[in-house]
Amino acid sequence: MKELKIPLIKNGTVIDHITSGNAIKVLRILNIPQNLSSTVSVAINVKGHLGNKDIVKVENRELDTSEVDKIALIAPKATINIIRNYEVAEKHRVELPSEIIGIVSCSNPTCVSNYNEPVKSRFKVINKDPPQITCYYCEREPEDISERII
Amino acid sequence: MADSYSDAIVIRHPQEGAARLAAEFAEVPVLNAGDGAGRHPTQCLLDLFTIKSEKKKIEGNNIVLLGDLKYGRTVHSLAYALSLYGVHLTFVSPDSLKMPNEVLNECEELGVQPKYTSNLEKSIKNADVLYVTRIQKERFPDAEEYNQVVGAYKVDKNLLKNARKNLVIMHPLPRITEIDPEIDKTSHALYFKQAFNGVPVRMALLSLVLGGKL
Repeated sequence: MKELKIPLIKNGTVIDHITSGNAIKVLRILNIPQNLSSTVSVAINVKGHLGNKDIVKVENRELDTSEVDKIALIAPKATINIIRNYEVAEKHRVELPSEIIGIVSCSNPTCVSNYNEPVKSRFKVINKDPPQITCYYCEREPEDISERII
Repeated sequence: MADSYSDAIVIRHPQEGAARLAAEFAEVPVLNAGDGAGRHPTQCLLDLFTIKSEKKKIEGNNIVLLGDLKYGRTVHSLAYALSLYGVHLTFVSPDSLKMPNEVLNECEELGVQPKYTSNLEKSIKNADVLYVTRIQKERFPDAEEYNQVVGAYKVDKNLLKNARKNLVIMHPLPRITEIDPEIDKTSHALYFKQAFNGVPVRMALLSLVLGGKL
């Protein structure tokens, strides 16, 4: 019998196929509060069909689109499974849109998007896997996208 | 607001991307007259015009960009534009002031593989154009970083001993010490003519965006 390394959840979201080693960054993106009432399970470096991967299970929370976009920035191969009553109700792969708005801040301190202007940060996606983005305003590429996620 | 009492907006701004942001709000054409350490497209057009006027064509020239390639907005625009023409580019700068990756990527996507060196003497031997930039104190977030590189290069008669006779030297001006004034009266000095070319090129640009015929 196959041993379950992390338990099944009744309702919530399972993020599977996270690039190995990136689960902690995914947790940061999800902005999990410290005073949790439900369970969050994390498995790092689990053997999968396509090599090692990380898995995150979040009970009682269904991810919205902007959270999925953020995950695609650091784990482009991840799949999102929405669980309802222990069954997979929805399953889809993360997909980076062609433009990222208000999710990543520009790493350039003198970019106009980092000043008090009425503007949200805006990036063009120039490569989806591995994710590569350039600032719409100053055209710079952040070196480490995960460090710039708002 | 400025667009309600003007036919065009020309914006020079210390922050990168400012002109692009203004263009999102303005109802009239916006010209980027230099945005921080970002781009300087009108300077770029006059630089191209100057090279073409002097060398009869842009493609195929050996062009050396020298100085502050990291913060120098004129060289960012120029490296991209020159790559459209298929020139041979050499970048010369201190290690800490190398051309940003974004600009390098643009050149490479256009099929130009710039050479990189800190050896100016060697790189100008086969150069047709030497484009010199000032190391701009105001662009450095850290004064110590500026002090380490200021005066790193100087173009003088001694340096030009082995240069081609028809080498032209350009500079977006103002210069400080990077070009010795003794060069001004030599046939190499093109920077004053280049600066003058800014007038007709920018007149042409304004005419173009205002619907005039050239």
